[in-house]
Amino acid sequence: MQDRLPPQPVPDLIVCPQCDAAYKLARPASGERAVCARCHTALITPRSKAGLQIIAVSIAIVVLVIAATVFPFLTIKVAGTQNSVSILDAALAFSDGPLIALSLSTAALIIFIPLLRVLLALYVLIPVVLDRMPAKGSRQAFRMSEALRPWSMAEIFAIGCAVALVKITDLADVTFGPAFWMFAILVVLVVAQDNFMCRWTVWKSLDGLRKDGLRKDGLRKPERDT
Amino acid sequence: MSGTPIITAREMGVVGCRGCTQVWPQGTQICGRCGKRLQLRDHKSLQRVWAWWIVGMLCYIPANLYPMLRTRTLLTVQQDTIVGGAIELFTHGAPFVAAIILFASVVIPLGKFFAIAYLAISVQRRSAASFGQRHLLYEVVEYIGRWSMIDIFVVAILSSLVQLRTLAAIDPGPASLFFALSVIFTMLSAQSFDSRLIWDVQSRDMGEAKSGH
Repeated sequence: MQDRLPPQPVPDLIVCPQCDAAYKLARPASGERAVCARCHTALITPRSKAGLQIIAVSIAIVVLVIAATVFPFLTIKVAGTQNSVSILDAALAFSDGPLIALSLSTAALIIFIPLLRVLLALYVLIPVVLDRMPAKGSRQAFRMSEALRPWSMAEIFAIGCAVALVKITDLADVTFGPAFWMFAILVVLVVAQDNFMCRWTVWKSLDGLRKDGLRKDGLRKPERDT
Repeated sequence: MSGTPIITAREMGVVGCRGCTQVWPQGTQICGRCGKRLQLRDHKSLQRVWAWWIVGMLCYIPANLYPMLRTRTLLTVQQDTIVGGAIELFTHGAPFVAAIILFASVVIPLGKFFAIAYLAISVQRRSAASFGQRHLLYEVVEYIGRWSMIDIFVVAILSSLVQLRTLAAIDPGPASLFFALSVIFTMLSAQSFDSRLIWDVQSRDMGEAKSGH
């Protein structure tokens, strides 16, 4: 007796995740965007060579995050006394008592989550771009990276920097360390990396050659054993 | 993709994955592509929205009552609440920064509370605003919510940087923790909202209009 077949995907439809409108699937050409006619959510946004670009940008981000975290970020000087801090120091500023929880979450929001998302993207995309089998756990990795998207707040920290600087420039001399400029570039790259990526295309490529015998086009391979 | 009337996945008897947009027959439990749980509509969505909303609101109150920053100079110790600090900045000739702080820490959070409450109520009863407008409101709330964290980061930078032994020191106050929690809870509240519910009312209304003819 055979088990019930697992549910088969409906191949030629796409459903807008935001408003549930269903459309016949038509792949837009590279550089075009398929947008939901009702709520204007971008559904498919392919770009040629996006995979390689994202990988290049991601590697740059990893290097910059690590460098920006350890090098001095800002230095303040008042009447001979000076203090310089790294981004990690800033994140760990909330150190007394219950505020330590805030320190850990700040460090996560501005350093570790952006870094983790980039590493996950690399893990998922490198085999896809090289036309290999998707790496083990690729789908979980990409899902996690997508779930973490709103919690990656490097760009918000950058604006926070600007506000903090305006607040203290008339009280003290502030000089920018190397990490400051690295972080500035980093923010641009993080935003670019996120916007280059077409989620639909990534999911589509993870679809190919799966263990359960489904081929790229969603058709089932003929059963060998009868 | 335009011109023709919109058919929803529910009307077609399919369900779309909200993680990866793969389409499955209705009744499928788990998306075979990305592993996300498939739900035609998230019926517990509103309960979760309100739960996070209330916790967020509860945290927002102490966030405004307690001091956000404690500034110690040679002679004085000054404690500033969020609004107090902004007023201080305004009178000290930095009205632009004061405006950013007020906008990020007062206008955006309060606006978010109202917007989420309005959206959650509007899917249960009729609303004057069009569906497109309400969807836009939802997207704005989802996008802008994270930006309230600015104030926390400002406090983090100031209090790590301004540590000049006897000369001056800035330390974070208890409000920072409550404020961060409030931002996180409202983000979770907005994320719990199933935006498809906005459009369901439209489908229902159109159905009634059709049957009325």
